[in-house]
Amino acid sequence: MKGSLIILAFFTVGLVGGIFRIFPNWLLNEDLTMYALFVLMFLVGVSIGSDKGAFYILRKMNLKVLLVPLLVVVGSLAGTAITSLLLNDISVQEAMAVGAGFGYYSLSSIFISEISGQELGVVALLSNIFREIITLLAVPFLVRYFGKLAGIASGGATAMDTTLPIIVKFTGKDYGIIAIFSGIILTILVPILVTVILEFF
Amino acid sequence: MTSYIVIALFAAGILVGRLFREKEKTRKKVDLAVTWSVYLLLFLLGISVGINDDITQNFSRIGYKAFWLTLGAVGGSILLAKLVYVLFFKNYKDTEAKE
Repeated sequence: MKGSLIILAFFTVGLVGGIFRIFPNWLLNEDLTMYALFVLMFLVGVSIGSDKGAFYILRKMNLKVLLVPLLVVVGSLAGTAITSLLLNDISVQEAMAVGAGFGYYSLSSIFISEISGQELGVVALLSNIFREIITLLAVPFLVRYFGKLAGIASGGATAMDTTLPIIVKFTGKDYGIIAIFSGIILTILVPILVTVILEFF
Repeated sequence: MTSYIVIALFAAGILVGRLFREKEKTRKKVDLAVTWSVYLLLFLLGISVGINDDITQNFSRIGYKAFWLTLGAVGGSILLAKLVYVLFFKNYKDTEAKE
């Protein structure tokens, strides 16, 4: 939660500064954003690849547990696709790309704005921050009415870090392992699915 | 095109990362660098959104869309979670994890 507030603060400072045109032009150079994104994605890869615990967990998992990230993918994409039919100013494809952020707002918003423009990037940023906040607030309720996988499903990619403590608290350690597993798979899938959805359909 | 380069770099990063599995200090530095690149990128995104009047004038509409898309994504996920839980996980215990 503290992390998301800091990130929002950086975004807001940029936003307000942008509105009042206080930044020099070289900061607006699109190449700068692109190269920063290259560096970020490489580093995110290194961070995942060097995580011993992550690979240990990935190896131990059976087919049944693979259903969990799969259901989050299908549920998020289908849910956002249906929602887009009710909103008249977003296409099914754009909505699904936002859904494919799975709560990983920093990466998905940057990525989506790079491919589809800043407006959709901001939708992705807000929507995926909401996803984390809703999960933090609603896990007890979700677990009671939708079973022990509901918190993990709602948390999406955040189930491996920011929403993990609350998920473990309400579903137990056994499900904590599933949460980390599902979060890792979804984190890896975010850039891949966003690209596939926006570039191939 | 950019997104393919990014995915290739991401995959390369995972492979390179495998070499640093025992290097706790390097890992900490990488995570710190990730955090600051995210700050930088969100700051830059903020600026480019701020100078875009189309977006700043429609911010409430954008927030409204984002909110309903979140409910769609979470709603779809928890409904399927319920189904998968009832069908496959009711008696789940990860005995190995308890070693």
